[in-house]
Amino acid sequence: MNFDELFGHFGQHTVDGLSKGAIYALIALGYTLVYGVLRLINFAHSEVFVVGTFAVLGAWTAFGMQDRPGAGQAILFLLIGLIAAAVASGGTALALERIAYRPLRRRNAPPLVFLITAIGLSLVLVEILGLLLPRLVGGVFPTLFGRERQIVGMPTIIEQKPLITIGDTSITNVQAIVFFSALLMMAMLDWFINRTRYGRGVRAVAQNPETAALMGVNQDRVIMLIFVLGGVMAGAAALLWSVRFGFTQSSLGFVLGLKAFTAAVLGGIGNLRGALLGGLFLGLVEVYAATLYTSAWEDVVAFVVLIVVLMFRPTGLLGESLGRARA
Amino acid sequence: MMNKLRATEARRRAALSGIADRWAALPAWQRLIGVTAFIAILYYLPLLGVPGLTWLRTDSIDGGNSWAGVLFTCAIYVLVAIGLNVVVGLAGLLDLGYIGFFAIGAYSVALFGSTNSPVVKWMQRTFELEPTWAVAWAICIPLAIALSLTSGVILGWPTLRLRGDYLAIVTLGFGEIIRIVARNLTGVTNGAAGISAIPGPEGAPSADNQIFGLQDLKPWYWLAITVVLLMVFAVRRLENSRVGRSWLAIREDEDAAAVMGVNGFKFKLWAFAIGAALGGLSGFLFASRNAFIDPSQFNATLSILFVAMVVVGGSGNMVGVAFGAVLLAYLPERFRFVSDYRWVAFGFAMVVVMVLRPQGLIPSRRRARELQDRAKEAKVSV
Amino acid sequence: MRRKYVRALSTAALAAVMVAAAGCQDSGGGDSSEAEACGGKIAIFGAFTGDNAGLVIPSLNGAKLAVKQHNAAKPDCEVTLQEFDTQGDPAVATPFASQIAGDASFLGVIGGHFSGESDATMPVYQAAGLAMVSPSATRIDLTQKGNTSFFRVVGHDGTQAAAVATFLKGQNAQKVFVVDDGSAYGAGITAELGKALGPLVVATDKIQEKQSQFDATVSKIKSSGADHLFYGGYTREAAPLVKQMRAAGVTAKFIGPDGLYDPAFPEGAAGGAEGAIITCPCLPADKAGGTFSADYQKEFGIAPGSYGAEGYDGAKVYLDAFDAGKQTRADILAFVKSYDKQGVSKYIKFDDKGDVDPTKVVIWAYEVKNKQITALQELKIS
Repeated sequence: MNFDELFGHFGQHTVDGLSKGAIYALIALGYTLVYGVLRLINFAHSEVFVVGTFAVLGAWTAFGMQDRPGAGQAILFLLIGLIAAAVASGGTALALERIAYRPLRRRNAPPLVFLITAIGLSLVLVEILGLLLPRLVGGVFPTLFGRERQIVGMPTIIEQKPLITIGDTSITNVQAIVFFSALLMMAMLDWFINRTRYGRGVRAVAQNPETAALMGVNQDRVIMLIFVLGGVMAGAAALLWSVRFGFTQSSLGFVLGLKAFTAAVLGGIGNLRGALLGGLFLGLVEVYAATLYTSAWEDVVAFVVLIVVLMFRPTGLLGESLGRARA
Repeated sequence: MMNKLRATEARRRAALSGIADRWAALPAWQRLIGVTAFIAILYYLPLLGVPGLTWLRTDSIDGGNSWAGVLFTCAIYVLVAIGLNVVVGLAGLLDLGYIGFFAIGAYSVALFGSTNSPVVKWMQRTFELEPTWAVAWAICIPLAIALSLTSGVILGWPTLRLRGDYLAIVTLGFGEIIRIVARNLTGVTNGAAGISAIPGPEGAPSADNQIFGLQDLKPWYWLAITVVLLMVFAVRRLENSRVGRSWLAIREDEDAAAVMGVNGFKFKLWAFAIGAALGGLSGFLFASRNAFIDPSQFNATLSILFVAMVVVGGSGNMVGVAFGAVLLAYLPERFRFVSDYRWVAFGFAMVVVMVLRPQGLIPSRRRARELQDRAKEAKVSV
Repeated sequence: MRRKYVRALSTAALAAVMVAAAGCQDSGGGDSSEAEACGGKIAIFGAFTGDNAGLVIPSLNGAKLAVKQHNAAKPDCEVTLQEFDTQGDPAVATPFASQIAGDASFLGVIGGHFSGESDATMPVYQAAGLAMVSPSATRIDLTQKGNTSFFRVVGHDGTQAAAVATFLKGQNAQKVFVVDDGSAYGAGITAELGKALGPLVVATDKIQEKQSQFDATVSKIKSSGADHLFYGGYTREAAPLVKQMRAAGVTAKFIGPDGLYDPAFPEGAAGGAEGAIITCPCLPADKAGGTFSADYQKEFGIAPGSYGAEGYDGAKVYLDAFDAGKQTRADILAFVKSYDKQGVSKYIKFDDKGDVDPTKVVIWAYEVKNKQITALQELKIS
């Protein structure tokens, strides 16, 4: 129990926790969006995110990005990366929906079947990225698929520098970017769902699919929209991941997805604000636990906290909503 | 298009229930002969040498694994599937952390039965016993069952009030907790280095063991299949008892069941505890046969694979889940020549099976009917 | 009617697959080299597929190269090397061990590549009187359990840790922060280093496999004011750790063991690993004896990575035994015990426990320069 370390640098650990949690929150948004409408755990969402990270690296390599480009170039590369990731992730998510989920929905399959299908899909995606593509096109894209299943590094696009320093607590520019992007993305999604015409359709389907269909809402289109939206969110998260951590791997998704999903459940799955809150909360819990004990115990503490929270608030910190509570 | 699909589906279902109906319509003595013959074949399997069928054996390929060893793994997975089926298929609780109970069962025999375990060493020091002393294998059986059952109750008590998807993530977390604790508590579990010299029925593994030896794995398979058959019998009795009917009622409609006086929580906890005990028993057998375990063997991927066995096979039907378990344990071993592409093929097969047969390969009749109802409801929205 | 066609077609397809599978097996088992009484069959087992395959493939390739060269030089004495892919899982490795031990045509075993699978299978091979020569299982206690048929052509963790400690003291390190990944390998070597360094260790941390975000660890390193950081583990976690450390402005020198001797480490860290030191009980390519490096490069198109030379040496031990006319398991085991010859990786002579002479173990330090791992200096063990 290293209380000295935790309370001696409490501010720094809090900043660390929030910046770690922001990453979880970014991915959790995708889970919660799909769950909120379809009551479906899109287990393959983490792989959609990983596809995005590969797309970012691919785009950066294709446009010949070097380490630490100038400010103007950096912004350009961020945009290119965002577009590439959004297209790749959105496309993957859409493909999953069309190939696997839609036929299942047609038969009204029970949730468990969706879950197993999603697990199968994520296995396939991991193997495509880790094995098939390296074998097929490894020679053509050595930076991306040069080594089977190995970790792949990316050039640094923004060098980390302390932005604000108070005492011995410092917040770096990259941490700030990730954190505020997470806030911004949640706010944009929230606005989209609650304030736009498309959002109304989404809420209608989330509340009652049959009635929505009777009212002339095209359910299939709404669901496709949801998957594309979730994919684009994963793409944006992938870009921020690449900026902050600068590496990827075909099997990156599983652990990250597990954490993001935990975050979504902690906040109340189906609830966008809950995803953000759950992510940040989980990040804080993990960093505090890692500081008190070691990082090897952080998952145990995180899951115990999850169980305890659910015991007292069975639908998560903020409860479920998306259309339900705020129609 | 949709109509055609549905018609095909209906025909398939009719054909399937046709076999089941014909089976059920047979006179009792014929069914008895059928079952006996099947059991006899099960016991004969490791000796399989019929010309024309030997290619089934996993050691018939270069670099293939021991046939009896693979059969043993199949039997263990069948036991796991039967246990998990009580939780997922019968009571309708989504348990993604079943590996946790499997690990607890495995670690109970490792920690108390092996002379290499820190726990046994501590006991030897404290009670001044000889360095060869360890808890006997036979005593470890009830110990493993009791520990996994208790952990099932401890996990189930606070969490079974949660709805399906929340339960899924909580149980997944539980499985991970068990693995990480086993990995980090080096002083108790030997950490990632694992525990060796786990005993079997004849004591610690050694070349002197007559029956449950190191090279001939057939007796181990016969032991496992005997346990599986006993458990199939027991669970079948349970399924048709008052408890089984309560599970059915809860799965179909928990609120209606509560109105009819079925205490949902109590029976869910029952299902969870019984499932956990079966998981512990399979973990126990797994550890004593391998004589070595380490935490990396109890990862979340395997846990998800367990659920896949149940769902792909046909959740709710014991024959189905057993079939699913055998497929998932056997195919990767027999088709080793696809080596690296195993997983992609496996994932792809999972998706295909689920999309074409959401009810599983050999579904339970009740489940198939439920699904049919759901499909009818779906018509409204298509 | 269409359904019938479909069924007939799928039956035909299934039959075709079965026939194909049966065909595979026949073509595989054809060659027998028993008649000549100078060749023989050896088995090699390890994780040849899966996430950790990258660490093991070089060793497999080294062994293949040795056998190929032998067979080219002595076409009358053909030696067969049979691969068994365990995926690094002890539960898969033990039935393999039973299979290999039960097949009298196998005269020797190369493996296991990981400590866990070695620990799990040692009793089986011991009971069968088969020699095991491991190219890369480095856990110390593997040779301390009284096993008489296990040998390794690699130095154990203690040797390397001692060399790292000497190196650190030579660098005048004042504050060393040690991190490990909790794996049997990483935690083992780190614990040994901790013992050797004593009070120089200012703080420690333990991370998890597949961890990606190291904020907490980096902050701890920062506040400890360490001048050197030792990381015991593998590339997957080391690359992001060193990158995040550097990004956060930590300048402590990064040192890691041979788990990081892998081109993916500097590439995965994308420039973050510049200046990092990697120790490895492996000779630089130009210092290795004979033409091994060049031959390997020519055969497989890449430089021999970690344990390529050890795999070659492991196979060479058996090849020499066959050349000396040894044709039974007992003779070969005795031959391995008394082996005394310069190998490619080091001088190979086993002590009574099965370890190579620690004074013959050569440990080199490598430095990451321009994303390349370049030889720095030889480390003294004292």
